[in-house]
Amino acid sequence: MEVLVYLVPLALSLGLLGLGAFLWSLKTGQYDDLDGAAWRAIMDDDQLPPAAAQKKAPPPQTP
Amino acid sequence: MTESDMTETPDLTHFVERFDDGRARLNLAVEGMTCAACMFEIEGGLGALPNVTNARANLTSGRVAIEWQADGVDPVAVVGRLRDLGYKAYPYDARRMESEEQQEARFLLRCLGVAAFAAMNVMLLSVSVWSGNVSDITPEQRDFFHWLSALIALPAVAYAGQPFFRSATRAVLAGRLNMDVPITLGVVLALALSVFETLHHAEHAYFDSAVMLLAFLLAGRWLDQNMRRRTRAVAANLAALKAETAVKFISADEISEVPVAAIRPGDLVLVRPGERIAVDGEVEDGRSEIDQSLVTGETAHVSAERGTLVYAGTLNVNGTLRVRVGAADRGTLLDEVTRLLDHAVEARSHYVRLAERAARLYAPVVHLTAIVTMLGWVALGATWHDAVVTAIAVLIITCPCALGLAIPAVQVVASGALFRAGVLLASGDAIERLASVDTVVFDKTGTLTLPEPELVDAGRVSPETLALAGRLALASRHPLAAAIARAAGATAPLDDASEEPGQGVSAIVDGDDGLVREVRLGRPSWCGAEAEATRVAAADPEASVIVFRDGAAVTVFSVRQRLREDATAVLAGLRARGLAVELLSGDREAAVGHVARQLGVTEVRAAATPADKIARIEALRAAGRKVLMVGDGINDAPALAAADVSLSPVTAAHLTQSASDAVFLGDRLQPVAAALDITRRARRIMHENLWLAVVYNAIAVPVAIAGLATPLVAAVAMSGSSMLVILNALRAKPRSAGGDPGLASGRPRTI
Repeated sequence: MEVLVYLVPLALSLGLLGLGAFLWSLKTGQYDDLDGAAWRAIMDDDQLPPAAAQKKAPPPQTP
Repeated sequence: MTESDMTETPDLTHFVERFDDGRARLNLAVEGMTCAACMFEIEGGLGALPNVTNARANLTSGRVAIEWQADGVDPVAVVGRLRDLGYKAYPYDARRMESEEQQEARFLLRCLGVAAFAAMNVMLLSVSVWSGNVSDITPEQRDFFHWLSALIALPAVAYAGQPFFRSATRAVLAGRLNMDVPITLGVVLALALSVFETLHHAEHAYFDSAVMLLAFLLAGRWLDQNMRRRTRAVAANLAALKAETAVKFISADEISEVPVAAIRPGDLVLVRPGERIAVDGEVEDGRSEIDQSLVTGETAHVSAERGTLVYAGTLNVNGTLRVRVGAADRGTLLDEVTRLLDHAVEARSHYVRLAERAARLYAPVVHLTAIVTMLGWVALGATWHDAVVTAIAVLIITCPCALGLAIPAVQVVASGALFRAGVLLASGDAIERLASVDTVVFDKTGTLTLPEPELVDAGRVSPETLALAGRLALASRHPLAAAIARAAGATAPLDDASEEPGQGVSAIVDGDDGLVREVRLGRPSWCGAEAEATRVAAADPEASVIVFRDGAAVTVFSVRQRLREDATAVLAGLRARGLAVELLSGDREAAVGHVARQLGVTEVRAAATPADKIARIEALRAAGRKVLMVGDGINDAPALAAADVSLSPVTAAHLTQSASDAVFLGDRLQPVAAALDITRRARRIMHENLWLAVVYNAIAVPVAIAGLATPLVAAVAMSGSSMLVILNALRAKPRSAGGDPGLASGRPRTI
């Protein structure tokens, strides 16, 4: 049962990693526009509008 | 130079947010952004503007945020660019209230994330313990797993339980019981008992039940909040799209279009023919007729001249007015409406939600059962420890997990169905109130009739004449001319048409025979056709007449408020459903009587003041009726607030919309009937869900009282009942996707 010494912290840290990822995605506004995000995913990169192609700045928050 | 020639530039600086680091941001509500292609087109088009650092469209809320550096961008250019792309955009005042809601939504999601993380990990440990208990787990290993669960569960609950703890504390301090009180009690006791049991190396701990319960309940809470936020965002967009702006004099001969929010008392505004007056005030200069139908329901025009008080929401018919904005000298009518409205809104807040009524019944029963269980076991000779453990198990298993989801889940599905039917809810509990309606009271003008007048007898006139009259009508902003232009479907205005203020429009056209002739559209006296006009007007006293003169030929058009296309059918349908239908209008007896006969409504009240309307609604309510009021005028606002539940068309005045529970879109009345059907179905399913929760308790509670509710039983029962309730809630979606008035891809197209 010594294996628990590795497995339990491993399981917990994986879980925390998931939680961290969720909180990060929430903070960066990825849940603000669920309809639009679905379409952004299938947009071809070479057809990106100039604004989206040039700029890597974080998105402004749309109220 | 005349006033209509003055250049005008809209002033949007009021809406620009500025940040300390020099960035500026403008939020716009965009009309017509309905698909992904529009979204990319808008972002690309705005991003190409110089100095714009970011343009991001939000397809869900129908808004665009544009950011730029320093003063590099003129907000007017942004709106102009969108207009070039084919979208109407209006500045949206990001109010504080809404950002608070956004904060709350994010907080709930964070809580849900934490609770879900804890539930998954604790469940992982619990399953190990449960399988170990029936095989070879040692007491030390079990204690280790229990302590590990406590390590995860205690901080997680302390964080994720906050929404419930706060609400329960508030309720208890106010001397009330709500659903959060038994939830809080159950969760806290479950954790306390588990820690105590772990300290004593016991076999069972309830950490998993506590966190799972929180995760399920937070999901319900978030769904509920999300629905309200989404419908409110749509309503706020509609308000912005109505573009409440006024043309203000910034100097003696310079005007600028500014948002109404930026208008101050004492400002002088210009109101041109055909425009809606955006402010309350006194006429300083000019002479015109005012259509007050949106305010009073009265369709006859009143004349305005120097010294006349005019109200926001009324329509300036035919002359140009300069209006001095007033604040202290607000019209007696509006003051009266505001006072009645405040009063009625206060009375409305006494409504008790279905969930709260269930909680009032539920909480004492659960707590009593737990106490009786404990005392019963002690009386039967069990130790205090065993008796307390059993009593707490009863509390945990009865914790309203399914109950917490029963109503929000149905509300989400039903509000989605309402959205597709063209009804936008402003308050979540409106679904329950709509479902219990047994009397529907309609306003006439703008509600049963279309908000804009229509040409009555287009078929009687030759298509060529109508087409020519329509093209000429495009030169005028007069509502009667606009009706003719719409009926003719005219798009190309005549060259060199000129408007004679207060009289009509005229132009010179080339005839087929090579001769030029004058065409006129306007007042009968100006077109020399008073005799014909009087004859036509006598035949239909409610209609307004406008004359078209082409050389020597004269055509009299009669224009009137027309009933919504499906009004008769919808009202008949409502009566067939067993609802009482009434008509309550501020318009003249004759006009109301005519409409009532057409629709077959027998219960009719005409020439009603706002106070009369409230009195009638209250009389109905006193007689035990549940009243739905449907109205659009400012004079309807107090009655809308006084009724059990209210609907208004999207064309209604702003004040009226904010007083009503839901807004319906499109030119048809069908959404009213659809709203009643969908909500009745939803209420039935809510009741079914509550009964499902009761049945679940009827099975689970005896098991718990008998002392057989192990954590495994609790976990299975809890998730099983929650799934059942959610699956049942999905039935609130109507089977047929019929009825799609003015809606494309589930969002408003025509506003």
